[in-house]
Amino acid sequence: MLDDFMIRAALAGLGVALAAAPMGCFVVWRRMAYFGDATAHASILGVAIALALSVSVFLGAMVMALLMALAVTALSGRGYAVDTLLGVLAHSALAFGLVAVSFLSGVRIDLMAYLFGDILAVGATDLAVIWGGAALVLALLAWRWAALLTATLNPDLAHASGIDPRREQLVLTLALAVVVAVAIKVVGVLLIAALLIIPAAAARPFARTPEGMAVIAVIVAALSVLGGLQASLLHDTPTGPSIVCVAALIFAGSAFGSALRRA
Amino acid sequence: MSLIEVRDLSVGYGGHRVLNHVDMSIDRGEIVTIVGPNGSGKSTLLRALIGAVPVKEGRVSRAEGLRIGYVPQKLAIDPTLPMTVARFMSLPRRQPAADVAAALEQAGVPDLSDRQMTDLSGGQFQRVLLARALLSKPDLLLLDEATQGLDQPGSAAFYRQIEDVRARLGCAILMVSHELHVVMSASDRVICLNGHVCCQGTPEIVASAPEYRALFGSGTQGALALYRHDHNHSHDDGCDHGHDHGHSHAHAHDDAVMPVHQAARDKVH
Repeated sequence: MLDDFMIRAALAGLGVALAAAPMGCFVVWRRMAYFGDATAHASILGVAIALALSVSVFLGAMVMALLMALAVTALSGRGYAVDTLLGVLAHSALAFGLVAVSFLSGVRIDLMAYLFGDILAVGATDLAVIWGGAALVLALLAWRWAALLTATLNPDLAHASGIDPRREQLVLTLALAVVVAVAIKVVGVLLIAALLIIPAAAARPFARTPEGMAVIAVIVAALSVLGGLQASLLHDTPTGPSIVCVAALIFAGSAFGSALRRA
Repeated sequence: MSLIEVRDLSVGYGGHRVLNHVDMSIDRGEIVTIVGPNGSGKSTLLRALIGAVPVKEGRVSRAEGLRIGYVPQKLAIDPTLPMTVARFMSLPRRQPAADVAAALEQAGVPDLSDRQMTDLSGGQFQRVLLARALLSKPDLLLLDEATQGLDQPGSAAFYRQIEDVRARLGCAILMVSHELHVVMSASDRVICLNGHVCCQGTPEIVASAPEYRALFGSGTQGALALYRHDHNHSHDDGCDHGHDHGHSHAHAHDDAVMPVHQAARDKVH
């Protein structure tokens, strides 16, 4: 069954959706949308370095994403507004990454595959890495869930309950780096943030609790993956962007529906 | 043995020192109030007690296994985060539904558990915050201007609840308050803070301390006067019938008292 490329693509997409959607809820709650963007953009530099050193692209992307996230965390609150800082770092990392890739003259790499993803070319190893990464992220989030939620709600409330918000921030940063690394193959570095944020945003109007929002976001992300794959097969469109388009349409429907309900 | 003890504590943000060599401690079952002008480091001291601000010098020592209930000055819940009252009550530790219902009942907001936190009024929000802080059966309850945004009857009810809490749970309470008249009546001990501890002791001792008078100036007199006026005032309210009957004298009395009362209130707030 795993021989069929469509089945492999669907499984890869669902694995990423399962990890990205709950992670995306935290990105939305903590207003880290640009943070997710910067982390994802930085990973292209990691891809270039990994190719140059001929090590795993997943590993390179993950380490670079993690370094970027830690750099942003360390630098924020030191005189620059966070959005300025993220604007500088995200685009610099992307530019350096693209320049670094151009130096890899020996290797003919398909840059588009990393910028926009290449889910139809997912192999059995990729599938194992994606599901391994997704399981790690889900386990991390489940283990720290209550502490993460309390720290997200209010850092002082967390302190008073004996939770260190900085440690929880670190857990989230780590989880984010893993999500970015496993999502590159599926949607590419330019659209990872969309896969994090859009399902969570679409879930918000229909959720009453944080847990409910995470579950609805997973469903939205899974539908987007399956719908996007289907659409890309039917209309011969690029798969990664098609997935994000379907997610965006679901978001539009959700926003319209909640506006109607309130009216 | 104190629940929490602060020795020679200094805290600063950047180059600016907010707290200088502060010494204080809280014993089991005490009600202690911190008073002080704006920017005197009251909230910072409370946040240092829970470990939320880095300590520059000195130390904060907590009793082994100390459970702290914390009610912050304000809590902004991001509108992107859906949160029912019941779910909020179970953060970070899951609480039995019956306990949650009982705590909300006790706090005077029994029917809110399915409401979203962001839909609550200011008074309901404060009560839910207090109910949540009490659910963990704290040894020490920290209240940072917990009655902010409540009207007079609301804050009076809130303080009655605090006294009831101490009687019921036997926990110590440390609060920051601007409402000096309430402070004077409800506390075992008052700490007057202005970057450092100016003076501390029973409300009577602090109120007559020169350091306290220097900080609050004539406002102090106003506050104490207001406190007494409040007594007279409620007494007057009780005698509403007499007021209706013997009109001219009562009216003259009211007219004479009210503006002074009002002026004192303006000075205090």
